[in-house]
Amino acid sequence: MTQEQNIELITVDKLLDKVRALRQQGQRLVQISATRLPDQVELTYSFDLNDRLTNLRLFLPGVATRLPSISSIYFCSILYENEIHDLFDVKVDGLTVDFHGNFYKTRIKFPFGSIKAPCAKPATAPASGATTCGTAPAATTGANK
Amino acid sequence: MSRTVIPFGPQHPVLPEPVHLDLVVEDEKVIEARPSIGFIHRGLEKLAETKDYVEFVYVAERICGICSFIHGQTYCQAIETIMDVKVPLRALYLRTVWGELSRIHSHLLWLGLMADGMGFESLFMHSWRVREKILNIIEATTGGRVIFGSCKIGGVRRDMDAETIKHILKEMDVIEQELREVTKVFLNDRSVKARLSGVGVLLKQEAYDLGCVGPTLRGSGVAQDMRKLGYAAFNDIPIEPITRSEGDCYARCAVRCEELFQSVQIIRQALAKIPDGEIAVKVTGNPNGETITRTEQPRGEVVYHLKANGTKNLQRFRVRTPTFANLPAMLKILPGCDLADVPMIVLTIDPCISCTER
Repeated sequence: MTQEQNIELITVDKLLDKVRALRQQGQRLVQISATRLPDQVELTYSFDLNDRLTNLRLFLPGVATRLPSISSIYFCSILYENEIHDLFDVKVDGLTVDFHGNFYKTRIKFPFGSIKAPCAKPATAPASGATTCGTAPAATTGANK
Repeated sequence: MSRTVIPFGPQHPVLPEPVHLDLVVEDEKVIEARPSIGFIHRGLEKLAETKDYVEFVYVAERICGICSFIHGQTYCQAIETIMDVKVPLRALYLRTVWGELSRIHSHLLWLGLMADGMGFESLFMHSWRVREKILNIIEATTGGRVIFGSCKIGGVRRDMDAETIKHILKEMDVIEQELREVTKVFLNDRSVKARLSGVGVLLKQEAYDLGCVGPTLRGSGVAQDMRKLGYAAFNDIPIEPITRSEGDCYARCAVRCEELFQSVQIIRQALAKIPDGEIAVKVTGNPNGETITRTEQPRGEVVYHLKANGTKNLQRFRVRTPTFANLPAMLKILPGCDLADVPMIVLTIDPCISCTER
């Protein structure tokens, strides 16, 4: 069983008009997907009406990328757009709800603990030159923003 | 009146998974809900760039601990679409049966959590007691209770013999009877109705505009179910989406209750019609192409966007999970509700955060 795949290529400046037109048709926003290509970021917007998908695709330059938010047309796009900002470094202009890079807690690599197993301090002072747990790098504790 | 901000989650007695809400309240009324997720982002999508596309079925299944089978199935389906693999009919029927068993166990798990959230402990225990029978069938047919490990690209790994099918059909009769007793309480008990009716109302148009899926959308009266697309054996076993028009917590609960019986019927039909034959075909080569594939998980529509470039690693593996689509609705429903209703509203969305953050 193959589900129908229609992808329409558009440019960034046409995005809002196209999305507005789809909204007027009564399409539901299904997803926004980003793919990092060697020198570009590819975005795919999927919409559904009566179980049929309509996809819009646009390409953005790989660096210093900006994208207009569609959250004023589809409020539910806020999650997709914040995700794209956090994971693909695409700046989204006009977001209705902007997490400012904190949608995913990715800045701290191990937010809930150290990569080293914790161990108790020895009861007595170790002999000179002995290695203890205390010499290991300090654990990164749950310092979530 | 002065406003207070009450932190709700990420660890909270009614929350099975970590989502955080800053609830701005005036007296007992919620004025605003500010969400915060991202505590358990695992970067599973990125893993596709380093894992072989065949072994990645294992990762896809581990996106979620509840709807693991359908994640694996959707991934396999997407790869099979790209590689134009013709999956044997028997395998499609087996996928349907396991998918529906998975739906029953997920809905019963949710009903149990819901009862627990309401303080109805005996109902919670009974829901999970029935769920145990489903898990036993899953264990007997796949070897696993949470991760089935039965789906592979080109078909399935395990078959069911005639004796097993007979046993499942017999068990279905017992389970259906027990489901009737449990759901009767959810649907008719005065205290359950008082706790859920008129709470967290999401209107039909609102639910649609917010991109909701699954029981959250159907509970508001929109008849949308991806099984209608006809994947697996759903071309031969047509289904009609179960809807309710009230749009409140009770409606979302009722949709799940009724879907339990729908799944039992689907399992019966699939096992009655299951054709003989192979359960898998050999798949060689690497995928090259792109697909957007959708299936219906217990929580609603899941979307897999896969891009492959002819190598053994995928260029892009993107999953839009049902909870991801339902979170905006939660933010819209919460303002205006009573503080005491927040747990009920959050639970009726059935949030699966590990799924959502991948």
